[in-house]
Amino acid sequence: MAILSLAFKSLLNRRFTATLILVSIALSVSLLLGVERLRVESRNSFANTISGTDLVVGARSGAINLLLYSVFRIGDATNNISWKSYRKFADHSLVKWTIPISLGDSHLGYRVMGTNQDYFLHYKYARKRSLAFDQGQPFEQVYQAVLGHEVAEMLNYRIGQKIVIAHGAGKTSFAMHDDKPFEVVGILEPTGTPVDRTVHVPLEGIEAIHSDWIAGRQVPGLKLSAEDTLKKNLTPKQITAFMVGLKSKLATFRVQREINDYRKEPLLAILPGVALQQLWDLMSVAENALLVVTILVVAVGLIGMLTVMLAGLNERRREMAILRSVGARPGHVLLLVTGESLLLSLVGMALGLLLLYLGLFIAQPFIEANYGLHIPIDFPSLREWMILGLVGTSGMIIGLIPGFRAYRYSLSDGMSIRL
Amino acid sequence: MPQINAIEVDNLRFAWRRELPEVLHIPQLEVARGERIFIRGASGSGKSTLLALMAGVNLPTSGEVKILGETINRLGSAKRDHFRSDHIGFVFQLFNLIPYLSVLENVTLPCRFSRLRKRKATESGNSLHDEAMRLLAHLDMAHTDLVHRPVTELSVGQQQRVATARALIGAPEIIIADEPTSALDSDMRQAFLRLLFQECEETGSTLLFVSHDRQLEPLFKHHIALDEINQAPERSV
Repeated sequence: MAILSLAFKSLLNRRFTATLILVSIALSVSLLLGVERLRVESRNSFANTISGTDLVVGARSGAINLLLYSVFRIGDATNNISWKSYRKFADHSLVKWTIPISLGDSHLGYRVMGTNQDYFLHYKYARKRSLAFDQGQPFEQVYQAVLGHEVAEMLNYRIGQKIVIAHGAGKTSFAMHDDKPFEVVGILEPTGTPVDRTVHVPLEGIEAIHSDWIAGRQVPGLKLSAEDTLKKNLTPKQITAFMVGLKSKLATFRVQREINDYRKEPLLAILPGVALQQLWDLMSVAENALLVVTILVVAVGLIGMLTVMLAGLNERRREMAILRSVGARPGHVLLLVTGESLLLSLVGMALGLLLLYLGLFIAQPFIEANYGLHIPIDFPSLREWMILGLVGTSGMIIGLIPGFRAYRYSLSDGMSIRL
Repeated sequence: MPQINAIEVDNLRFAWRRELPEVLHIPQLEVARGERIFIRGASGSGKSTLLALMAGVNLPTSGEVKILGETINRLGSAKRDHFRSDHIGFVFQLFNLIPYLSVLENVTLPCRFSRLRKRKATESGNSLHDEAMRLLAHLDMAHTDLVHRPVTELSVGQQQRVATARALIGAPEIIIADEPTSALDSDMRQAFLRLLFQECEETGSTLLFVSHDRQLEPLFKHHIALDEINQAPERSV
C-alpha cells in the first residue's frame, strides 16, 4: 500500500484545501445521517402513539379523520355515536375491553377528553407500555381530572388545584363551564404521545357540565349547581368514539366488519396500525423531499471535492512525471489520485459520524424536552451503514474521474515534464 | 560470454504520428556497459525523444531498441514500466523531487516501485535508510539539517544531488541524466559531475548524459552528437 501512503502524504502537503474538503464532506454526511435518524425516530414515535388497541370506532367518516381526532386530538368528529351502540359492542362476546372517549371541550388550548377508569387500565402506547402516574391517581368522582404531563408542566399545575373547562376546542373560548370546576387528582408520566397534552375527566363530568346546555349554549334561566347536577343520571347519551381490545387478534376483521355493517347506526371501525401507516404515507412526500435535499447536499460536497482534485491536477503533472520516472506505472498514478479522493471521503465520513454524535449529544435533551421525541444515541443502524457505504462508494467513483484524467496525462506525458 | 551492450539501437525511426514527418532516424548506436556518454544536441533536436524511446516510454515507429539485451519495444507496457523501474535511474533538469516527501523518502522512492532495486539497495546488509544516507553522504548531502529540511527549501544544487542519489539507489545499470546541470552555475556543475562520475564508477552504471552545453564535453570520453547520427530528413523545432 505504498501508493496510499503517498496519497496520504500528498494530502497532508495540501492540508488547507484538504481540510476544507473534509469539513464540507463531514458536514453534509452528518446532515444526511441526522435527517435520516430524525426521520426514523419520528416515524417510530408516530407509530408508537397507540398500541395494543385492536380497533378504534367512531361515527362513519374517513379512517384518517377518525384516527386524527380520536388518537391525535386533531380536528373534530363529524358526528357522535350513541351510548346504546357503544354498549352493544362493549358487551360483545369477542370484546375484552373498551375505552369510551368523549371530546369537544378544552382547557387553555389543551383538549379535554372524557373517558372512564378503563382508560388508565387498558390504554397502551409505544411497545405496549401502560400509562403511569407521576403523581396522584385516576379520577374517582365526577369533578376530578387527570392531567397529561405536558399540561401539568406548561401550566404549572399541582394536585388539588381546581381547573375550569371551556366549551369548544379552540384556544380561546368565551363559553366557560366555570360553574363546575374540576379538581386535579393525578398527573401522568410523560409518554411522548398526544396523551401528554390531554386533560382527562370522567365521562360523567362531561355530561354534568353540559347538563344545563342545549345545542352548544347554556340555556338561560336553567342553571343547575354542581351538587344538583350530581343527583341527575349522568350516564352519557352520546360519546365521540371508543377503542376496542379483543380477546383474540384473529377476531379483528370479523368484529370490524360487524361494526361497519351495523344497521342501527352508521359506524366506522378502523385498525389503528393501518390508519397510522396511511397517515404517515401522506406525510412521506415532505419526508422524502427532505431526504432528497440532504442527498443533494452530500452530492454538492463530493462535487466540491471533485472540483478541487481536478483543478489541482494540472499543477501535478510534473509530480506524475517524476513518479513515472522512478518506476510508477500509470495504474499507480490512477491509484494515487483516486486514493486521495477515497481517503478524503472516508475521513470526511468518520468526521461526519463524530459530528452527528456530538450533535445528538447536545440536541437530545432539547429535542426531547420540546418535541417529546426521544432520539437514542445508538450505534449506526444497518441503513445508516448502508448510507455511509453509498457515500464512500460515490466518493471513490467520483475520485476515479480525476484519477483517470491523471492516468491519461501520465500516459501521454510519459516522463517528459511539461510546464 | 560476450559482454552485452547497455544500449543497442538498430535502424530506429520515430514520428509522433504516422502522417507527421520523422523526428528521429538512427541507423545504429551502441553503448557498452559502464561507459559514460555525452549526448550533445541543440534544444529541439530530439534529445528528450531519444531518451523516452530508450526508457520505453515512447515506442519507435520501426526499428529496435535493446537495453541490456532486452528488446524493450517488443515488451508490453506493464513490462516496459517494470523494466524501466528496475534498470534505469533518471535525473532531470529541474524540479526532480516530490514536494510532499522528505529527502530520504525521495531518495528511496524507486525502491517502492522496484523490488529488484530494493533488494540491491539492501544487499550489503544496510537498511534502506542507511543506504540512502550513504549515497547522500557521498554526494555531500548527509548533514542532518539538510536531510530533515522540506525538499522545497533546498537549493537547486542540493535538489539535484538528492535526485542523483535517488537515481543511484539500488544500483540501476543505466543512469539517464537529462540536462541535470543546466540550472547550476559553472562551479557547481563541475563538482556535481565529479560526484556523479564517482558514483557511477562505484555502482558500475552506464551514464547517458544529455546536454547542449559544450563546455562539459571534454569531461567525457565518449561523445555522440545527435545531429550527426540522426538521419531524419526534417525535424520539428
